[in-house]
Amino acid sequence: MAEALATIRRVEGMGMITLRGALEQIGPVVSDVTGIALPECRKITGAGDRQLGWMSPDELLCVMPVADLPAILAALQDGLTDRHALVLDMSDARVIYDIIGAHAEDVLAKLSPADLGAVGSDDLRRSRAAQTAAAFWRIESGFRVIGFRSTADYLGALLHNAAMPGSQLAPR
Amino acid sequence: MTHTPPFRLPSGGRLIDRAFQIPFRFDGRTLRGLQGDSLASALLSNGQMMMGRSFKYHRPRGPVASGAEEPNALFGLGQGGRFEPNQRATTTSLVPGMALKSQNCWPSLDADIGAVNNWLSPMLPAGFYYKTFIHPRPFWKHVFEPIIRRSAGLGAAPTEADPDRYEQAYAHADLVVVGGGIAGLGAAVEAARNGQTVVVLEQDPVWGGRSPVDHPEGQARIDALLADLRAMPNVTMRRNTMATGLYDHGYLLAREALADHDPQQGIPRQRLWRIRAGHVIVATGALERPLSFACNDVPGVMLASAARDFIANYGVAPGQRIVVVTNNDDAYRTALVAHDAGLDVAAVIDARNVADGDLPQAVRARNIAVLTGSAIAKVKGGRHVEAVVLCDQAGDGKPTGAIDCDVVAMSGGWSPVVHLWSHCGGKLLWDKDQAMFRPNSERPPLGGDGRGNVTAVGAANGELRCAGNLERREAATRPVWCMPQGAPYKLRSKMWLDYQNDVKVSDVELAAREGYVSVEHTKRYTTLGMATDQGKVSNINGLAVLSKALDQPIPATGTTTFRPPYTPLTLATIAADARADTFQPLRKTPMHSWHEHHGASWEPVGQWRRAYCYCAAGEDRHAAVNREIKAVRQGVGTLDASTLGKIVVKGPDAGRFLDMMYTNMMSTLPVGRCRYGLMCNENGFLMDDGVVVRLTEDTWLCHTTTGGADHIHGHMEDWLQCEWWDWQVYTANVTEQWAQIAVAGPQARQLLQRLSGSFDLSQDALPFMSWGEGEIADIPARVYRISFSGELSYEIAVPANRGLELWEKLHEVGRDLGITPYGTEAMHVMRAEKGFIMIGDETDGTIIPQDLGLGWAISKKKTDYIGKRAQSRSHMTDRSRWQLVGLESLDGRVIPDGACAVDEGVNANGQRKTQGRVTSSYHSPTLGHPIAMALVRHGPERMGQVLEFPLPSGEVLKGRIVDPVFYDKEGSRLNG
Repeated sequence: MAEALATIRRVEGMGMITLRGALEQIGPVVSDVTGIALPECRKITGAGDRQLGWMSPDELLCVMPVADLPAILAALQDGLTDRHALVLDMSDARVIYDIIGAHAEDVLAKLSPADLGAVGSDDLRRSRAAQTAAAFWRIESGFRVIGFRSTADYLGALLHNAAMPGSQLAPR
Repeated sequence: MTHTPPFRLPSGGRLIDRAFQIPFRFDGRTLRGLQGDSLASALLSNGQMMMGRSFKYHRPRGPVASGAEEPNALFGLGQGGRFEPNQRATTTSLVPGMALKSQNCWPSLDADIGAVNNWLSPMLPAGFYYKTFIHPRPFWKHVFEPIIRRSAGLGAAPTEADPDRYEQAYAHADLVVVGGGIAGLGAAVEAARNGQTVVVLEQDPVWGGRSPVDHPEGQARIDALLADLRAMPNVTMRRNTMATGLYDHGYLLAREALADHDPQQGIPRQRLWRIRAGHVIVATGALERPLSFACNDVPGVMLASAARDFIANYGVAPGQRIVVVTNNDDAYRTALVAHDAGLDVAAVIDARNVADGDLPQAVRARNIAVLTGSAIAKVKGGRHVEAVVLCDQAGDGKPTGAIDCDVVAMSGGWSPVVHLWSHCGGKLLWDKDQAMFRPNSERPPLGGDGRGNVTAVGAANGELRCAGNLERREAATRPVWCMPQGAPYKLRSKMWLDYQNDVKVSDVELAAREGYVSVEHTKRYTTLGMATDQGKVSNINGLAVLSKALDQPIPATGTTTFRPPYTPLTLATIAADARADTFQPLRKTPMHSWHEHHGASWEPVGQWRRAYCYCAAGEDRHAAVNREIKAVRQGVGTLDASTLGKIVVKGPDAGRFLDMMYTNMMSTLPVGRCRYGLMCNENGFLMDDGVVVRLTEDTWLCHTTTGGADHIHGHMEDWLQCEWWDWQVYTANVTEQWAQIAVAGPQARQLLQRLSGSFDLSQDALPFMSWGEGEIADIPARVYRISFSGELSYEIAVPANRGLELWEKLHEVGRDLGITPYGTEAMHVMRAEKGFIMIGDETDGTIIPQDLGLGWAISKKKTDYIGKRAQSRSHMTDRSRWQLVGLESLDGRVIPDGACAVDEGVNANGQRKTQGRVTSSYHSPTLGHPIAMALVRHGPERMGQVLEFPLPSGEVLKGRIVDPVFYDKEGSRLNG
């Protein structure tokens, strides 16, 4: 039996903070607190488990190990008290999967209508996986996909199905 | 003459491998074909020319074509869950062990009882059904429809679930070339050299289209193009991939057959590609048209191109003695191929008066007779061609001779495959010289920039001679829509246009006589082109006949609409992975698994699954609901309320914003307090409700209904982004961040105090409609004193990841209190006992808060809120609007939900007038009798009156109008 197109791994222990605000106003504070440069439109900055993603013209996503979350959350709230901004811990509302392997892109191309060829190493896409919302970006040897906690099982099943052995997209 | 062996030629067949014999089963018989055969060629190689029965007259039919346009050779393929009806023998590759079953015949293909229809055919003209099954009226439902339904459809539907997997995939390319023939491959090379990303799709397993068969150097030319393309990294080439439809903005769907030939290998059987193409090149070639002569449907009459395909591709002799009949030069290729394969070509019958192109010359050079100005008056033979009767094309069919033969290879010219071009708006023009509709390059389908995003090339563009210097000199085609030209009715009533649906020249003429002028209407009246082949070989011939009957030029008649898919697409491929556990997203709360392990009987609420109730061993749902309600009313219960929408609204203008969103005041809500609010749409209708919580000076938390969470969040953002873009407000949907548990019942406080430590949950510290923050069971929690059951109740929100932990802890420490999980139905009954409304039960999109006695929740002080203006319209302030009341059933039976209260008299349709309807109805275990809520005209003013509710059975239930609050009217239980 051939191998799966990619390994699907559920990632635990990650924290997420949703920030809303005018980016030019909240940007400096967010960069200061996180030590990560403000991402441009549709980009994600930072490295490893600490990243800052552009979600919309007035929304950022801050990703970090959950252990670091309370301090960062407090620092962001403190730093933004005098500005019109919304800072929320959304860690529990989300699920994360990593798609790792040579054919990781094939797995995602079966589920998301995004043009993956145009997704660079520092891009973040808000898209969907089949019938559920999903955002993703490239990591080493694959993609990191975030979705909603309530549909975590659905998303996991989709990813496993899409990685079915022998189903790579290259013409045969 | 009879059809005689050998059917497999001693040599030739570019697609077959004679070293590998393949056994297969056909109607229970074991036959053998060769590696590379199509089902059609394999059957022909066994002498099986008859491959089906037509739909209406059950006439014997053989293959007409060799490709996707085949109307006759359809089979039921496979067994059990893999059985598929209407599989085209000409495009299905033979694989070992395949099982074919013939269709539309009983008891067998050879001896078919239904063939009696053939003798009745004079009584079954076009529109027969419409004319016959009208009277007597009652017969339609009970007699005609069941009979027609039973005889409708060719193949039988499979009865078992499909065991195979299917998938979809997305792709993006600068250019997609549809068609891997000489024109498509040439266009792909050119585009790829210019640096574009190119995808080339070919429906067949082999590249090349017609060139390898039609031109001696064709294969070499194709091979050279393929070598070029394979060397370029920006080119993707997919065989076995049929472009099914082209939609707006260059959205192209294509079906790739991955494992059709071997479904057992454990990979997806088919894949549906959803491609965004910057530009599409349609290089789909052309389809040959039959000629309309009498008995042109006898097995053995086939398209000239099909006859030479069977010989050249599969080394199969369609017959031993061939007659070619044509109106063009191309068909002469069939005479050449057949002759060179050692078959006897009796004659070429050419309707044109002159045939002197290169190909006719080459045929004459082989001493084959070419009869110009000639026609076939009639084909002889029933189950197989035996001979043709000749006549003059210019005459009325008077016989001039006959030729014995077992195959008639016909060609009425070619029609470009313009389907994709036409799917999203490309226009066609009539090319008089070639007698064909072809793409009008001036009016292509348009892309988002208003420019053409599709180009047709090669034969698909009407350039039939598109092989460049491989082509030979050809003379013009002569349009022949009826052979012979002056054929009388007797002959015309045996000229088939649509083979599969049995539509003849005479049927289309009859439709015209009966007043049909639109080609679309004629199509539906006669069923021309409505079979599973969608009229690929019949449409143009049919509309030409219609034009003649209407005495108008063909372009004035026009074509019917070309709709996707080009060839049938199985539903499994369209559904793909949306099946079984991935049929649709199933939303689960953090406590989902607990519910599952504790007997939850599920109820779908949007995409969530909520526990309707928890059935104990031996208990039915009704008993479980009653038990749960009693437990809450007498002790304590827990409800998983995590699905309720939770939207955070924050900013300097948040209060002002919420005052617009809700009918009541939210800006004045003190920090630490909760308030029930109503949300209406612009038309004033009640849309959602829920408790709003003031978290901080500038932050509110809005609870919505379960189903309303996403919609209300979108509604808020809509107003903020489009109307009040300068208001400083941010919202966030935090529904899934929190697990929420309602702890309700007289012992709720006692239970929670076992876990709340220093967090003071007393009546003084946390009165009704307030909230506090602290720790419950060492979990950070927000506790809201709100109640939907009427009991002392706390809703506890904790981070979702700790929801299950809290739920389990509550059940652990509450065991001695009889803590009971309760589901949505107990919640519904308890809220109805209290007269609380439910969005979707008491509301249906036409109800305003005032109808529900909720006027108290509408602020009189506010200058505006969404829906305010609409609620002042005359119809909204009409005193006779139906209003909410309670109902007490007089005889102790539950009045069905939705039952109407009848009034005196009847309306314009003769129906009883109504004056109200039941919106919620339950048996109340608390009260021991049924309770109901209803909307009734002048309801609140009619307390004590009795309404009548007739049931479909004829029985009439009676209900007395009462106050909608049935239980604890004073609300004393709220505080425990």
